[in-house]
Amino acid sequence: MTATISPSPTPKPVEPGAPPPAEEQTSISRWIPAAVILAAWVVVWYFTNGTQTLALPGTSRTDLHDRLTEFQNELLAGRATNPVMQFTNAIADALRSAVEWLQRMVVLPNFPRPVPEIGWLGVVALATYVGLVVASWRIALLVAASFLSFGVLGYWEDSLDLLIITGISVVLAVVIGLPLAVLIGTNRRANQVVTPFLDFMQTMPTFVYLLPIVLFFGIGPSAAVVSTLIYALPPLIRIAGFGIREVSATTVEATDSAGQTYWQRLFKVQVPMARKTIIVGLNQTTLAALSMATLAAFVNGPGLGKPVLAGLRINDVGTAFVPGALIVVMAVMLDRATTAASERAEKVARGGGGDPRVRRGLIIGGGVATLVAIYLSRTYVGLAEFPAYSIGDRVASAVSDGVDWFTGTFGGATEWIKDLITNQFLNRTQALLADSPWWLAFVALAALALVFGGVRALVSTVVCLAGIWYFDLWHDAMITLNMTLVATVLVMVLALVFGVWMARDRRVDLGLRPLLDAGQTIPPFVYLIPVLALFGPSRFTAITAGIVYAAPAAIKLVADGVKGVSPTTIEAGRSTGQTTWQEITKVQLPMARGSLVLATNQGLLYVLAMTVIGGLVGAGALGYDVVYGFARSEAWGKGLAAGITIVLLGVMLDRITRAAADVRRDDGPGPRRAFHLRLPIGPPNN
Amino acid sequence: MTAALSVDSLWKIFGARADKIIGTPDAELSRADLKARTNCVVGVKDVSFEVAPGEVFVVMGLSGSGKSTLVRLLTRLIEPTSGTISLNGMDITSASASQLRDVRRTQVSMVFQHFGLLPHRQVIDNVAYGLEVRGVAKKERRAKAAEIVELVGLQGYEKSYPDQLSGGMQQRVGLARALAGDPEMLLFDEPFSALDPLIRRDMQNEVIRLHRELGKTMVFITHDLAEALKLGDRIMILRDGEIVQIGTPDEVVAQPADDYVKDFVSEVPKAHVLTLKWVMREPRAGEPMDGPALPVSTIVRQAARAAIASDAPIRVMDGDTLVGVVDEEDIMRVVVAEEDVT
Repeated sequence: MTATISPSPTPKPVEPGAPPPAEEQTSISRWIPAAVILAAWVVVWYFTNGTQTLALPGTSRTDLHDRLTEFQNELLAGRATNPVMQFTNAIADALRSAVEWLQRMVVLPNFPRPVPEIGWLGVVALATYVGLVVASWRIALLVAASFLSFGVLGYWEDSLDLLIITGISVVLAVVIGLPLAVLIGTNRRANQVVTPFLDFMQTMPTFVYLLPIVLFFGIGPSAAVVSTLIYALPPLIRIAGFGIREVSATTVEATDSAGQTYWQRLFKVQVPMARKTIIVGLNQTTLAALSMATLAAFVNGPGLGKPVLAGLRINDVGTAFVPGALIVVMAVMLDRATTAASERAEKVARGGGGDPRVRRGLIIGGGVATLVAIYLSRTYVGLAEFPAYSIGDRVASAVSDGVDWFTGTFGGATEWIKDLITNQFLNRTQALLADSPWWLAFVALAALALVFGGVRALVSTVVCLAGIWYFDLWHDAMITLNMTLVATVLVMVLALVFGVWMARDRRVDLGLRPLLDAGQTIPPFVYLIPVLALFGPSRFTAITAGIVYAAPAAIKLVADGVKGVSPTTIEAGRSTGQTTWQEITKVQLPMARGSLVLATNQGLLYVLAMTVIGGLVGAGALGYDVVYGFARSEAWGKGLAAGITIVLLGVMLDRITRAAADVRRDDGPGPRRAFHLRLPIGPPNN
Repeated sequence: MTAALSVDSLWKIFGARADKIIGTPDAELSRADLKARTNCVVGVKDVSFEVAPGEVFVVMGLSGSGKSTLVRLLTRLIEPTSGTISLNGMDITSASASQLRDVRRTQVSMVFQHFGLLPHRQVIDNVAYGLEVRGVAKKERRAKAAEIVELVGLQGYEKSYPDQLSGGMQQRVGLARALAGDPEMLLFDEPFSALDPLIRRDMQNEVIRLHRELGKTMVFITHDLAEALKLGDRIMILRDGEIVQIGTPDEVVAQPADDYVKDFVSEVPKAHVLTLKWVMREPRAGEPMDGPALPVSTIVRQAARAAIASDAPIRVMDGDTLVGVVDEEDIMRVVVAEEDVT
């Protein structure tokens, strides 16, 4: 769901005596042809709008969609004999039994017992103990409080289900991902082969691969684990591989010169030196897994996503609020625990970490207490089944009342904002994009791609647009594209304002950054809840959720990019007597261009992913088509077509911004390197 | 006596199908022309030399002269394109991976410009790393490492981590790591370039001391002429991967092979480098021959006081034979010539 810019060759030093390079065009000039194209587009649109828009009503399908549905039915019918299906079904069975075994251990009654093997007290004790061992007593307290809140608020089973799905996926991601990370970290060619796959996996909006996964792995826990695994794998491979690759070449050479073998180099030099980055990768993978495991509710995956989804489906904010809040609690818990564990590992490796005897005592004592708790929870029903409290329901109804009161009191204001943006901004651009004849929009988009990204972008754009046309959802695609573009513009406005402000004022940075970090930790699903509460189901709601989801990443990228501008250059500029405004617009922003393009790229893809999820809350268009495809078996083909169209949109936007970044002059290794490290949730330095 | 290290027509060309270039007329092209023609870059071009056991052999050149490539070719950290390297009579160029590992473990150690220490290990374990990869037991290797740590003057810092040490101390760790395996030869790749001038001088003296105490053969890469003159028994000057001159420090200063070297040595205080060999002359008729006698290898500066104090010219002796004379004026010529330059 995020994107990178492919590496561009570093500029070669000019050989002495070589002729001076030809003067490059400045980037400003590209806005002039772009404006000409837009003007021409508007003129032609004025005479032709409303014709040949290829609009397809929400519930109707085309022959192509029916053929896709037919294809699915044939696959399902041939399930018993098709070797691929047999293979995936075998995997699905294995995953399902693993999930069910864990559920019987901690959640579901393990027949003939009326309760699971380990009751709630044992689970809480065990989790707390793990927190204590890998991190600190503070983390142990956080873990205990989080687990108790799951139970007290009435979602004990859903919470543990979500943890089980997340946990199995992370374990599989580590088993598959770490060897691959070592491979791409130590072998240049492997890196070149694997990176495009990772790019593609990360460009795809999360929602999209659910449909084919259901086809091959069925619904329920198995589909949940597979989709979570696919989503969570790239960050680990990419970040850990990056860490291994970035290990100081001098150190590798120096230790090679001592005569080490390949395995000695790997385990004594490369892995220990990259340990911190590898753990950051693990942290990112865990959070990515949590957010996807939540979304897996769409394929009937167990967990907290289910009650959230149920609430969203009936637009009941109160019901969705409590499980949504618990997802946030879980995300914070996992984030803090993995971060603290890595810090602790670092400290222990440096000979710190407190008196080993005290610690040993703590671990043994804690272990004994945990065993006792587990024993008690196996013996007494009251300690096995989490007692029911009404507090969760009360919170839900309080939230419902609060939302009612808020919309009753401020409804006018939120409606006003919504109408303003919708009518003044969204509808106008949508009219241009979606009400143009398809060939007009096609040509205009291709021309814009050529202007901003050159021939490479033109080719990708034409291919993607042709694909979108083929799948018979042109009109819906243009509406979704429009929402994505409008939301990204708003995201970039936020990113520029707050990013520059953060970069220029340390206190603003200190104040905002934790909020942004927290925002990036929360699974995207959860954003829909408060936004829905404020604005009700509409396109605007989906856009706002997208903005809320994308803004933290974009703001941080801009802030870091601007902050990365060499202080010497700024000092040199100041010595010429520039004003603050000149400093920002003539020095900082141009020098941070790489980061700005990256922020735009990320913003586009985040927003696109969210507008798809927004199909649930009235985004309409492609998001709705996908949701509809899940709901009705006869619309499966249309849903798949919508999913593919979304992927094509994502690839197109990614390619154009990448190419645009490459067209620009080189702005140093810093931001460019950031492009290789596509992070779905947060940069590795937090 | 066999040479400790002998290198014969060694080539390194970077780029695709570089091995096809050697032996063709292309190989004779200048570096820039070859780059333009084949997109390959010459790192080291037809280099041959020998290093005697116990010698300090300095390789000097500006950046891009191929000196760092050369030192990496010696233990095949970079694979040579062609040519042979032999260490104590063993052919390195045809050694198998495990033979090569063995050479690196026991015979040749290297010190790097940017230290290349393991940040996650204490000083003592950094020093012991070479022994560890050899499979020496922990207790034994730590004991050995502790000795070496003391030898390089780092006692008390065994439990520190590299990032807690200054640059000079980190390079001492690098030096200790190289010494721990008790190799016959040490390779230094611009080891002191990243250090402050004062620290650099300390470290140079440290190397001189260690060389005196341990008598290891050393190949020392530097871009600093003063360092080369101070440490080297012999100096090899490289330009664009080619040897320009090999000689003792005083030979290089007194008889630069070409304008390139001449330019290099023009600012060297000659009185500090040249020996009487380079300034002596035949005695003139009627000169008194009762002046003080000094060996021919005396540095000019050290002879100055004696020359000024004596009315008669100094007699320059090679053993017991008189090889020439030097008077106050001859010495002044060397000193004044320097002032002309500056």
